[in-house]
Amino acid sequence: MYDNPDLARTTVTRDIKIAAHGCQVYYGDTHAIRDVDIDIEDKTVTAFIGPSGCGKSTFLRCLNRMNDTIDICRVEGDIRLDGEDIYDKRVDPVQLRAKVGMVFQKPNPFPKSIYDNVAYGPRIHGLARCKADLDEIVESSLRRAAIWGEVKDRLDAPGTGLSGGQQQRLCIARAVATEPEVLLMDEPCSALDPIATAQVEELIDELRGQYSVVIVTHSMQQAARVSQKTAFFHLGSLVEYGETGHIFTNPTDPRTESYITGRIG
Amino acid sequence: MPVLWLVLIVFALGALGFVLGRRRALGGAGGDIRLLHSLPSYYGTNVTLLTVVPALFLLGIWLLVQPVVVDARVSAMLPDSAISEGTTRDLVMSDVRRIAEGLDKAVAEGAMTHREARDIRAEFTDVRNRLGAVGVALGSTVGAPELYAAQRYRRIAGEGSLAMTGVVLALALGGVALSLIRTTPSFRARNTVETGIRYVLIFAATIAILTTIGIVLSLVFNTIDFFRLYPAWDFFFGTTWSPSFGGGSELGILPLLWGTFYISIIALAVSVPIGLFAAIYLSEYASPHVRAFAKPMIEVLAGIPTIVYGLFALLTVGPLLLKVFGQDGVGIMQAGTAVMTAGLVMGIMLIPFVSSLSDDIINAVPQSMRDGSLGLGATRSETVRQVVLPAALPGIVGAILLAASRAIGETMIVVLGAGAAANLSLNPFEAMTTVTAKIVSQLTGDADFASPEALVAFALGMTLFVITLGLNVFALYIVRKYREQYE
Repeated sequence: MYDNPDLARTTVTRDIKIAAHGCQVYYGDTHAIRDVDIDIEDKTVTAFIGPSGCGKSTFLRCLNRMNDTIDICRVEGDIRLDGEDIYDKRVDPVQLRAKVGMVFQKPNPFPKSIYDNVAYGPRIHGLARCKADLDEIVESSLRRAAIWGEVKDRLDAPGTGLSGGQQQRLCIARAVATEPEVLLMDEPCSALDPIATAQVEELIDELRGQYSVVIVTHSMQQAARVSQKTAFFHLGSLVEYGETGHIFTNPTDPRTESYITGRIG
Repeated sequence: MPVLWLVLIVFALGALGFVLGRRRALGGAGGDIRLLHSLPSYYGTNVTLLTVVPALFLLGIWLLVQPVVVDARVSAMLPDSAISEGTTRDLVMSDVRRIAEGLDKAVAEGAMTHREARDIRAEFTDVRNRLGAVGVALGSTVGAPELYAAQRYRRIAGEGSLAMTGVVLALALGGVALSLIRTTPSFRARNTVETGIRYVLIFAATIAILTTIGIVLSLVFNTIDFFRLYPAWDFFFGTTWSPSFGGGSELGILPLLWGTFYISIIALAVSVPIGLFAAIYLSEYASPHVRAFAKPMIEVLAGIPTIVYGLFALLTVGPLLLKVFGQDGVGIMQAGTAVMTAGLVMGIMLIPFVSSLSDDIINAVPQSMRDGSLGLGATRSETVRQVVLPAALPGIVGAILLAASRAIGETMIVVLGAGAAANLSLNPFEAMTTVTAKIVSQLTGDADFASPEALVAFALGMTLFVITLGLNVFALYIVRKYREQYE
């Protein structure tokens, strides 16, 4: 299924977390995603790169069925999480989204306190038995999102009052708090300055220990820095997918090469 | 010259000025518009504005000021002897004005010549009969001083109108001439027009504000008159409302305020949940097709005249409630007109008000909030309850307060649905009445306009105005505070 069979052999074998086969997405009459086949590994950071409008965000949103909230969107094909078809009728998209967390392009903290922002998911899903449990979940999530030190004294302050980088890390803490298995990140750093970006990237690298992370990014440097596997999308198709080092140094497809060297995109 | 003609002439001059200005500008540039500072039509517009605006502005001011000046001058000429016992100078002046109008009318209909109208004397002619013949009814026989004053009145007013015509026309012509002289290719007509338009817009805004102030002032002065005749304490804290035009009426506002608030509370209890839930459905759940159909349908409710709602209350809801709660049913309702009837119908009237404002506010909550919540595995209703509504709450409260001030000011539904008795009672199935309904009944009677029974209407209106103004200001304050959150 890889463009280059040799590449598959050089891959360190990890468990496959998400497997997509023949995935098609339509927005009304527009065919947005064509025939995407991809195996996303567990405990790996996978980067989706490609020019704007190439469908990488759309495909990302298929992985936790966020596209269900868009009326005109239609998804076909087979996407499996741990071998289970997530588009099966028996699957509850709400449960799925608890397992496949998502961080968005623009930081979107709820207009609530920092504590309530993080506690939102655990409360909905009943993850805490008592207040002490919840306190612990909030603290460990904020610690994992590397923001605990900055906010521990003002957990009651509104989340919207934080700086952009802090807000994004708060959103990551919020996503982490529901204990997802996969974390989807849709251009998480595009609204952040370089310092905040570095903090978030560091965080992504740490999160790799527990989760499978999928990140959509416009920055090829970022993809090269944080990811182990990279997928290049172009005009709704998956052009090339492989080890990040391989994609950036020795791409197989001429389109990939053109894009990473800056000739198209 | 009638004012209408004057206005038309000024406009004609303006139109002529447009053509002339445009032509002069083009002529100055030798027909090449690239040599002009502005497009030719700007030169024309400049001439038109300078012709029409000052002339009409002066005309408006003159029309406002002239009656006051004429009144003052004629009134000063009235000898004290003409003001008999039991009347006032103001009353005599209103007679004088009526006579003057009557003379005008008689002349216009050919029943009198100009000369006659100017020279007739009360001693020789029965002016009352002569004017009665052309349909102007005068209360008493016309005395010599009044008739003389009326003739002076006519003369001064006539002179004033003539002067006004002259000055306005001169100003318009001067405007044409001045602006035509200034029309050269290098003249910055575009910028001048821009300034002119700004002043026209400012003027329009000022009119709206001045009108508001005028309404408030008229309420204030009449209210003060009322409180001279009736103690304020008894008005604000009296618990009985029983006006009797013969005198000795008790005009306590409390029963009316209670009725107003009771009916409003029932109306809000109906409209807020229904309107809010409808708004949530429309903005969060409904597909675009349903929304495109349902939203206008709900807003049709807002277009129904309140008198129709009143009929609905009187003919449908009242009898229906009576069937259930009346003598044959629960037995706590005496008649179809009751607080409950009016409250329910008013609630229906307010549904579109609440729903469409709330819908706008809920839609203003950024989609990223919903995505964030859904992305964490929340259901739609959890998202609405925990994220969307808290974020929209200040705005929704604002919408509810605006609906409340509508409810408090509503009249027709109450007149038809709630009955006319001013009661202080807790039973929602009893007839009560509101401040607005009583304003109507106090002013539509045959009352003497200077009696406390009629003047109380202004005090009621003032109280209502202060309450709704307070609610509106509070609502706007909340809505504005909410807006700052997302912009």
